[in-house]
Amino acid sequence: MSSNVAAPLIAVVDYGAGNLRSVAKALETVDFRAIVTDKAADLENVDGVVFPGQGIAGPCMVRLRDAGMDSALQDLIARDVPFFGVCLGLQLLFDKTEEGNAQCLGLIPGENVRFAHELTVPHMGWNDVTFTRDHPATTNIPPNYQFYFVHSYYPKPADGDMTLGVTDYGGQFASVVARDKLIATQFHPEKSGRPGLALYRDFFNWAI
Amino acid sequence: MLSRRIIPCLDVKGGRVVKGVRFRDHRDAGDPVELARFYDEQGADELVFYDITASSDGREIMLDVVHRVAEEVYIPLTVGGGIRSVEDVRTMLNAGADKVSINTAAVQNPGLVRDAAAMFGSQCIVLGMDARRIAPSQIEAPPNEISAIAFDDSTRWEVRTHTGADGGRAAGIDAVKWARYAAELGVGEVVMNSIDADGTKEGYDLDLMRAVADAVSIPVIASGGAGNVEHMTEVVTDGRADAALAASIFHYGEFTIAQAKEHMRTHGVPVRLSTSAGA
Repeated sequence: MSSNVAAPLIAVVDYGAGNLRSVAKALETVDFRAIVTDKAADLENVDGVVFPGQGIAGPCMVRLRDAGMDSALQDLIARDVPFFGVCLGLQLLFDKTEEGNAQCLGLIPGENVRFAHELTVPHMGWNDVTFTRDHPATTNIPPNYQFYFVHSYYPKPADGDMTLGVTDYGGQFASVVARDKLIATQFHPEKSGRPGLALYRDFFNWAI
Repeated sequence: MLSRRIIPCLDVKGGRVVKGVRFRDHRDAGDPVELARFYDEQGADELVFYDITASSDGREIMLDVVHRVAEEVYIPLTVGGGIRSVEDVRTMLNAGADKVSINTAAVQNPGLVRDAAAMFGSQCIVLGMDARRIAPSQIEAPPNEISAIAFDDSTRWEVRTHTGADGGRAAGIDAVKWARYAAELGVGEVVMNSIDADGTKEGYDLDLMRAVADAVSIPVIASGGAGNVEHMTEVVTDGRADAALAASIFHYGEFTIAQAKEHMRTHGVPVRLSTSAGA
């Protein structure tokens, strides 16, 4: 845990989805304070939020709703609190997903669909991300750097202008979306080496 | 383009990394945290840790190892060995593992991988499998009670469990069928280890890797037999594996991960070229 009490405090939303410790540790490594929490009330006074996740959309949505997290997240985004979604945490921001035909948070127009090609699924491993416009979060990403993906569904934003990065896996999909002080990546920054950590660092330093 | 992965495997016993030749004659090859950091810096795409202690007191030591490694490296970490229940999976994930590999317990109770995948998602449940080449006449175990995976006259590789001690025990299961069945139950990846090739350094069992890769749509990590960088390139091209796992050639410094990637790259295989820039 960082000893710097002046460091911005980032909440990592815990809804029973995967390895949250790595996200918290990644944030601490780039000099933020991190709390992992499953309580909506804890989100009221933080400087930023990471909405991480791996797992299955339907059960995760049930947990989020039961904890009152759905409205808390909606409120954070309405207040323009710096918000970083990761993997399932990106997909759940959309209206719905083909995974179990689950309704999601509806914070970004669009849906998630399953890879329908002949390639191996899950899309697992390191792949390219082509950034389609400039963003303060991506200034320290080395050229041609690859990020770590693991997912079977991919997002289709209704608003193409939200797309910040694209990845090709049997066709191009939006692997990074961003709008105002929200960014969300299909890949795992916390599992993508040092440049992944730089993405957290530079996003929050800019957005807070 | 999606890179083919190179994955060092670290067998851990009593908190230290060991690597046996044909699963015997263990030698101490170092501290797991140090090795993890070393391989991360070398450009490893993931790390696999196998707990070969598999006793209850060893469990605590392994959790501590996983915990400490997860604090040091920012690449995916798979942990296997002695995983017997959904609760074991949860404990490993909470300690910092990204994926959990289930081997013997999956054979004994295929419902375990189904339950674990339903609870935590396919992306973090890996089927670990040890198999050896066999002629139907050599099969000693009775066919498995699940007909979809039981060996028959077409079986070329049989699944064996408890391989830590010696050659292990026959499970009466056809390796290719087992991979397909486990994928249907929800595992997101399979680590396919050839008992015949393991420790020989004469190359992976390419026929086995091809047979499994063709049977499933999930990624296949090839294991057993890596003796040089050519073998690694071979298994992700001819062998159709998504990733090449190796242990001793890296642990003893015979080849570096960078050398393996460079060989792959010059043979047209997409690889992640590591960089220390950016943070």
